[in-house]
Amino acid sequence: MWHPSPVDHGLGAPRLGAPSRAAQEPAAPVRGGRPRYELSHLQALESESIHIMREVAAQFERPVLLFSGGKDSIVLMRLAEKAFRPGRFPFPVMHVDTGHNFPEVIEFRDQLVAALGERLIVASVQQAIDSGRVREERGPRASRNRLQTTALLDAIAEHGFDAAFGGARRDEERARAKERVFSFRDDFGQWDPKHQRPELWALYNGRIHRGEHVRVFPISNWTEMDVWQYIAQEQLEVPSIYFAHQRAVFERDGMLYAANPYLTLLDGETVFEASVRYRTVGDMTCTGAVRSSATSLQEVVSEIASCRITERGQTRADDQVSDAAMEDRKREGYF
Amino acid sequence: MAAVSEILRIATAGSVDDGKSTLIGRLLHDSKAILEDQLDHVARTSERRGDGYLNLALLTDGLRAEREQGITIDVAYRYFQTGAAAGAGAGAGAGAGAGAGAGAAGALATGPSGGRKFIIADTPGHEQYTRNMVTGASTADLSIVLVDARHGVSEQTRRHAFITSLLRIPHLVVAVNKMDLAGYDEATFETIAAEFTDWATRLDLSDIVFIPTSALAGDNIVERSQNMPWYQGPSLLYHLEHVVIATDRDMDDVRFPVQWVVRPMSEEHHDYRGYAGQVAAGVIRPGSEVVVLPSGRRTRVAAIDSYDGELDLAFPSMSVTLRLEDDVDVSRGDMIAGVDEAPVLARDLEAMVCWMSEQPMRPGGRYVIHHTTRSARALIEAIEYRVDVNTLDRDPDAGGLALNEIGRVHLRTSTPLVVDTYARNRTTGSFILIDESSNDTVAAGMIRAGR
Repeated sequence: MWHPSPVDHGLGAPRLGAPSRAAQEPAAPVRGGRPRYELSHLQALESESIHIMREVAAQFERPVLLFSGGKDSIVLMRLAEKAFRPGRFPFPVMHVDTGHNFPEVIEFRDQLVAALGERLIVASVQQAIDSGRVREERGPRASRNRLQTTALLDAIAEHGFDAAFGGARRDEERARAKERVFSFRDDFGQWDPKHQRPELWALYNGRIHRGEHVRVFPISNWTEMDVWQYIAQEQLEVPSIYFAHQRAVFERDGMLYAANPYLTLLDGETVFEASVRYRTVGDMTCTGAVRSSATSLQEVVSEIASCRITERGQTRADDQVSDAAMEDRKREGYF
Repeated sequence: MAAVSEILRIATAGSVDDGKSTLIGRLLHDSKAILEDQLDHVARTSERRGDGYLNLALLTDGLRAEREQGITIDVAYRYFQTGAAAGAGAGAGAGAGAGAGAGAAGALATGPSGGRKFIIADTPGHEQYTRNMVTGASTADLSIVLVDARHGVSEQTRRHAFITSLLRIPHLVVAVNKMDLAGYDEATFETIAAEFTDWATRLDLSDIVFIPTSALAGDNIVERSQNMPWYQGPSLLYHLEHVVIATDRDMDDVRFPVQWVVRPMSEEHHDYRGYAGQVAAGVIRPGSEVVVLPSGRRTRVAAIDSYDGELDLAFPSMSVTLRLEDDVDVSRGDMIAGVDEAPVLARDLEAMVCWMSEQPMRPGGRYVIHHTTRSARALIEAIEYRVDVNTLDRDPDAGGLALNEIGRVHLRTSTPLVVDTYARNRTTGSFILIDESSNDTVAAGMIRAGR
């Protein structure tokens, strides 16, 4: 069993190879002659998530796992292994590629999917633009964030997916705090936050009509800290941009953006070198970096524990459009 | 053996005025779970709305409609942790923003529990949102019911306690709040505790703890209050960190609803056949004698598989994969159970039901029933009575159950279900009903008897 401790943050030095069996087994310590069976919070969260993923596999015809290359969807991939090995995933993995993603993340995605031997589908926003399905935003603040929704819904319809796993967590954002684990979407892909199905015990209602689908969030109850602790426990690889590195950046609206071909500098904005890391991974036009010197998992966890700003507040321009930016996008069918 | 951090799931219910939001806000703030940008957002929004104070309800009222109307409509989930579970910094009280509160929380967490992760289901308290309250309560280990010290035990207090009892949340905290407005008076607190205790004898509540609090002033929330030296009990947070929940789970007789059959049929695992699921009760070991229901075939557990290798034991709520010694026919919806006290195979169920749909329940109604991993069709045969959630009075002449109403009903199912009573096991004793045409979840059911 993996025990976090306040002294060394429980992370220790990264170990190589498969975790030892002793390190993974649940505890049954004997106290006062009577065995006491306890699960750590990570084991309890993991069990709940595995249960959710297996329910989806059993209740739906054509599920898909939405993979962004970010830490949350990397955790989903490990949970899918835990749920279905030694079998294969009973679903493909799909990435909605805005065409403005970090090259490190795309490279990471291809390596991970290949290593797991699973199927990858790429839904391309560029293709949706080229075929005239959507029109690109213009101006120095243009982003393809919103266009992803169309590409995602088109891909869901094209492949006939009836359930889509996402890595969203309730601690991320206030609209997400309200969302069900099985989140119903009508035949327009819309979320209706005022009429959500009651969700009781661990009984998930996956019944839908043709053309409708369900977004499923197996790590709803995880926090950012849980995700990092789990990455450390499972020794999961993450894209290099999560660790501190030197990057050419510029400052806009209090955030540091990577200098990149898709964002045009405004008057007064200048590019400079800084030691930064990414706390979330979205596309380059809406994801900000934070100044950091954290080069190891332990340092990242320490940094998050002492940080006084939420991950999305610190690094996501897409949430700051308005008070209900996430709720509004989710209503339309966003992740 | 090092300390293990556990998860404690908490349900709170309350309305605008009883200080629930302040209480949650205080817990979140003092455990560093509210970060600066969230607090800034609350401050800005409070000011724009003209609230005149830092409206902490805005933290959990996440939907546009809730913020516009100033009410909680749906369950919101919030997370905080103390001690070891908090990882670096927070447990040690580091970080400048939290002030003394987080330090105190960290100090409190150095006990044997090693800290906990808390999940708060913050639910609306009004009668018209009973279904949301039931939803939040269904997974809770502990319920916090607030009583305004000035007004004493109210209709709403009784309703929340009834739902705590109905959903069998094992632990109840009655926070007698706003003690600052009641002069921190011991007699006031004792009177309310006595009145509640007297009334609660009609319910099934095994662990009730009364704590005099002022969420606004911070009395007995994180630290013991200096204003109430007559109170010898723990602060709310101390109680949340130390209440024993490991023994709440049923460790006696094995219940393992089969969720998914793992059959890779690959070269490497040609003959592999494993039964995946989450342990609902009991301790499973390799060699355990089990019965597969409904077929009744007996066999033994050959191995408990996990991604991380074979395990020596599995207990609630672990998700594992079982291999069986004999080649028996097992599929999703079956239950692998201990042989000593096997569950009941039932087509006739008596259950308490909370109705969640605007279309009322009527005798003769047909629905889909989801119970553990099995689905069937269910017919409402009779409604025995409806409960008045405020008075606990029973109305035997109820012709149906309307939205948010609770009653005792008889159902018949199209195929046998493998059931326990809800009193015995919250997983194998619960079900939901689904409307066949809309696919909406329309009821939550708790089994009282099955045959």
